[in-house]
Amino acid sequence: MLNLPSAEVLVQGVLNGILMGCIYALIAAGLSLIFGLMEIVNFAHGEFLMIGMYTAFWMYALFALDPLLSVPICGATLFGLGWLTHKGIIRRILGAPMLAQIFATFGLGIFLRALAQFLWTPDFRQVSNPWIQGPVRLFGISVGLPQLVSSLASLLAFGFLYWFITRTETGAALEATAQDRQAAALMGINTERMFSLGWGIGSACVGVAGAFLAMFFYVFPYVGSLFALLAYVIVALGGFGSVPGSLAAGIIVGVIEVVGGLLIAPAFKYVAVFLLYLIVVLIRPQGLFGKF
Amino acid sequence: MATAPAPTSGAASPAPGLRLSWGVVILGLLLLAALIFPYLFRLPYHRDVVIKLYLYAMLAQAWNILAGYCGQVSLGHAVFFGTGAYSSSMLQTAWGGSPWVGLVVGVLIAVALSLAIGYPCFRLRGHYFAIATIAVGEIVHTVAINWEFIGGARGLTLPIRQDSLAAFQFATAKYPYYYIILSLLILCLLVSRWIERARVGYYLRAIKEDADAAQSLGVPITRYKLIAMAVSAAFVAAAGTFYAQYVLYIDPDSVLSLNLSILICVLAVIGGVGTLWGPLVGAAVLIPLSEFTRVTFGGTGSAVDLLIYGALLTLVAVFQPTGVVGLVQRLRRR
Repeated sequence: MLNLPSAEVLVQGVLNGILMGCIYALIAAGLSLIFGLMEIVNFAHGEFLMIGMYTAFWMYALFALDPLLSVPICGATLFGLGWLTHKGIIRRILGAPMLAQIFATFGLGIFLRALAQFLWTPDFRQVSNPWIQGPVRLFGISVGLPQLVSSLASLLAFGFLYWFITRTETGAALEATAQDRQAAALMGINTERMFSLGWGIGSACVGVAGAFLAMFFYVFPYVGSLFALLAYVIVALGGFGSVPGSLAAGIIVGVIEVVGGLLIAPAFKYVAVFLLYLIVVLIRPQGLFGKF
Repeated sequence: MATAPAPTSGAASPAPGLRLSWGVVILGLLLLAALIFPYLFRLPYHRDVVIKLYLYAMLAQAWNILAGYCGQVSLGHAVFFGTGAYSSSMLQTAWGGSPWVGLVVGVLIAVALSLAIGYPCFRLRGHYFAIATIAVGEIVHTVAINWEFIGGARGLTLPIRQDSLAAFQFATAKYPYYYIILSLLILCLLVSRWIERARVGYYLRAIKEDADAAQSLGVPITRYKLIAMAVSAAFVAAAGTFYAQYVLYIDPDSVLSLNLSILICVLAVIGGVGTLWGPLVGAAVLIPLSEFTRVTFGGTGSAVDLLIYGALLTLVAVFQPTGVVGLVQRLRRR
């Protein structure tokens, strides 16, 4: 049942896994930030990513703007969507029972997915001729240039996010709100604004990731589901609320996905990922890097 | 559709002293209406809509036992539906067994599976449990697609037999299907009602409200979560066998998909989660609505039904977490 790939294929696979893992990590970081801030899982996270990808696609289709240039536009659009989601929905369910919390964002996800299908049909679309395309040889190993650029840019965005949270005053206010809502409010922090900001930044992460993914991935209404599932796994694996944890977990998931696909069969690559997740969570419910 | 307004009108009775008797009268009338429905509506389309309504009401009711009473949100209940559907279908296609034996086998396998999934996963709380059930559901779905022995992605087509109760096939006269699923639904409602008033029900609600407090008061929380999961899985599996016998074709996407798991929750949440009548009300409102939008807007391609589901789900969760049933109760108290 086990296929043994050659060393070259394995190395290539692992490298590709690491590259994809960096993008997964950026998607998961947004989810993790929001959870760390207010202990709410955004079950519409995948659909936010889908909106980010469509934004990049339409910028390309309507204004001939390359996905690389629409990165800031996608980030800003999703920041707005996240901010509005907090103002319109999340603010009202903070003290609600868990069931209401789950289904509020879950319903939003179904709604956005159906809206995309209603407006733009279920067709698979593609940015047909982006600036960055084709493979590139790196130390004798062939990798996709868009994947390479995307993962490096994701790492950059990740680094920026980490710097923002740990080194700026606003970041410190976010961290304080995450640790103790009431104490932060007593220190004069507008926690309400921090929550909106957290939702904005968390969503902007998937906006940026979506623009990069649009360079080499099909865009369709259901595209978010798979990435969202992986993001939940990564966030739970890395430890809910731990932003650096999601980077490590993202890369682990990226590698397991490829290696699992090579060793067992491509169809089972996600089974390998989900099994790993179940095993880790059962042994260490707080995740690999979780605190509690 | 006949049973749709049941709880609504039952709940709207005026004087408290009369409530019980009015409730019984209205329930009796609705039961009567449900029983004579196939004689009043002879079009296969009408019967099909109501059969689907009962089927989904039963699924939502079974999910409600675990999620509504016990507070454990499962987003992978399609696993048990698929277990029921595949067990009976495999028994027939591979070994020529009876579908009724298949129903029992499916229920037993689903209960065993629910314990195997539940025992480790119940260590996780809240959102974590919900995500773990998605992962389990996706694993089972992928395995089914790639498992040639059970038909793989092509699915299983059941052999057509002579119409009879023993063969669980009624291709010419659909109404036996109607009475079978109605009986299963009533059984599921009776069990839910019993759980609601028995000691088990109090334990389950205590776990939902505060698991730590319940445990410190001596409620064996894992055992009772497992009981709720097993009962829930058993009914879902029975419904799965019914579905296979009714449609006579199953594949991983129709009986094991995440979308099915989601639909089950949507019905229960919109109707009123944690209430006896909520899932039935949810199905009675949404299943005909979904049929209507499909007919009006042409197929599911335009996703109008999902658009409405999603918006309703969010609105209910934010503004009316107790669903339609809770809304009616609140209006009545005014």
